[in-house]
Amino acid sequence: MGMTNTAPIIELRQVEKFYGQFQALKDINLKAMPGERMVVCGPSGSGKSTLIRCINRLEEHSAGQIIVDGMELSEDTRNIRAIRMEVGMVFQQFNLFPHLTVLQNLTLGPMRVRKLSKAEAESRALTYLERVRIPEQAHKYPAQLSGGQQQRVAIARSLCMEPRIMLFDEPTSALDPEMINEVLDVMVELAQTTGMTMIVVTHEMGFARKVADTMVFMESGAIVETAPPETFFTSPRSERCRAFLNQILQH
Amino acid sequence: MNMSRILRSPASSVVQYLIVVGLITYAAYGGAQSLGYNWQWYRVPQFFGKFGPDGFVWGPLPEGLLNTLILSGISFVLAVVLGFGLALLRLSNLIIGNAFANVVMEVVRNSPILVLVYVFYYVLGPIFDFDRFTASILCLAVFHAALISEIIRAGIRAIKRGQWEAASSIALTPVDTYRYVIMPQAIRLILPAMTSEAIHVLKNSAIVSVIAVAELTTAGRNIISDTFMSFEIWLTVAAIYFVVTVALSALISLMEKKYAIRQ
Repeated sequence: MGMTNTAPIIELRQVEKFYGQFQALKDINLKAMPGERMVVCGPSGSGKSTLIRCINRLEEHSAGQIIVDGMELSEDTRNIRAIRMEVGMVFQQFNLFPHLTVLQNLTLGPMRVRKLSKAEAESRALTYLERVRIPEQAHKYPAQLSGGQQQRVAIARSLCMEPRIMLFDEPTSALDPEMINEVLDVMVELAQTTGMTMIVVTHEMGFARKVADTMVFMESGAIVETAPPETFFTSPRSERCRAFLNQILQH
Repeated sequence: MNMSRILRSPASSVVQYLIVVGLITYAAYGGAQSLGYNWQWYRVPQFFGKFGPDGFVWGPLPEGLLNTLILSGISFVLAVVLGFGLALLRLSNLIIGNAFANVVMEVVRNSPILVLVYVFYYVLGPIFDFDRFTASILCLAVFHAALISEIIRAGIRAIKRGQWEAASSIALTPVDTYRYVIMPQAIRLILPAMTSEAIHVLKNSAIVSVIAVAELTTAGRNIISDTFMSFEIWLTVAAIYFVVTVALSALISLMEKKYAIRQ
């Protein structure tokens, strides 16, 4: 582990992303060390989601380099799969598989990708369902669960792959207010009890203060500011970051 | 709302169908009366089967029906397989595969099936050395594959992008993504349209009577040329097709229930 402590587990070098004429990411340079918790914030449309979606190749970057766990993302599909095995993702809309039970949602990846036996996959699934505090829902279908429960199942689904990195794409934005905390609690616990590298796109600044090692502020496709939370929340360098924080911290 | 639900229920569909058929029959009967047509319904049962010296012998109509079922069954299965292949090619980003699928689609969709039957039997048949039964199966399969591929493609495209992304995020291969995530959901959207396609194949199989494949329509035609009972036999043949297609619809609606999302 000595080596990995000094080398970043995720590195983006001069990454650019275009949708036709529109530039969604501009000269992104970013490093995350193993075990680092990074919170990415910024106004909507600033490229936060695009940024993390490039890390597991849900979006293809147009220029620059993305290196994850020592592997550079390229056209090679085997390479992409190898990276996706190490990078879990939690989506804003949960994206659970509606035709499968909770347990089946959780065992599909481990059985098909990690080649676990059904029994191994199920016992692993139950472990992680305990972890997200809903073991009793294992045999229900996603539609029978509340939004907060669905998102916790989605987190467990990613965890069952035992990835080294977890990406969270606005995990609480689609939730009713009363369910936000149950999801955030699970995420805080993950951050505090595992050595997993986490990149979280969120507007939940309370969560950010609690767990973030690094805050990243983006605007118009560019990273405007990167700072540890103490500095970030008390004395942000850029005017735009200050304005953004004022807006979302008002309440 | 309630009224339309009643009108669309299976039982009422059967009733509506029977009313229409009744009216047509009545009109035909009236027309035949005025033609001085000599009805001979009593001669029809023998074509279903009769007791001979060696026991019961099936008549030409059940034999024709059996061939129709075999012919359309094989054609439909083949059409689904081919249609799935075409749909995947069209959804893929393979340039050649995509172009190939598009050409097949357009050629088949824009040709009358009668012409296709002749092409398969008189042109491709001698070239590749297959008999009339094989030619019919291939013709029906290719024709319906083009239609089915559109149904499958639409079903697959209706699955939300998030499902693909979730599958990718747990590193499923494309094959596993289709098999475990996309198709089980798409099949629910595909089944209703597939029902009418299955029935469509069954009815379209009558066309191959033009190359004298011994199926139900050919059987009917042969009986008529022996007996001159056009009205009785064609009405009987129509009724047989009707019974089979209604049974098929009922079977498939059972399947739809089985695949419904459990809540």
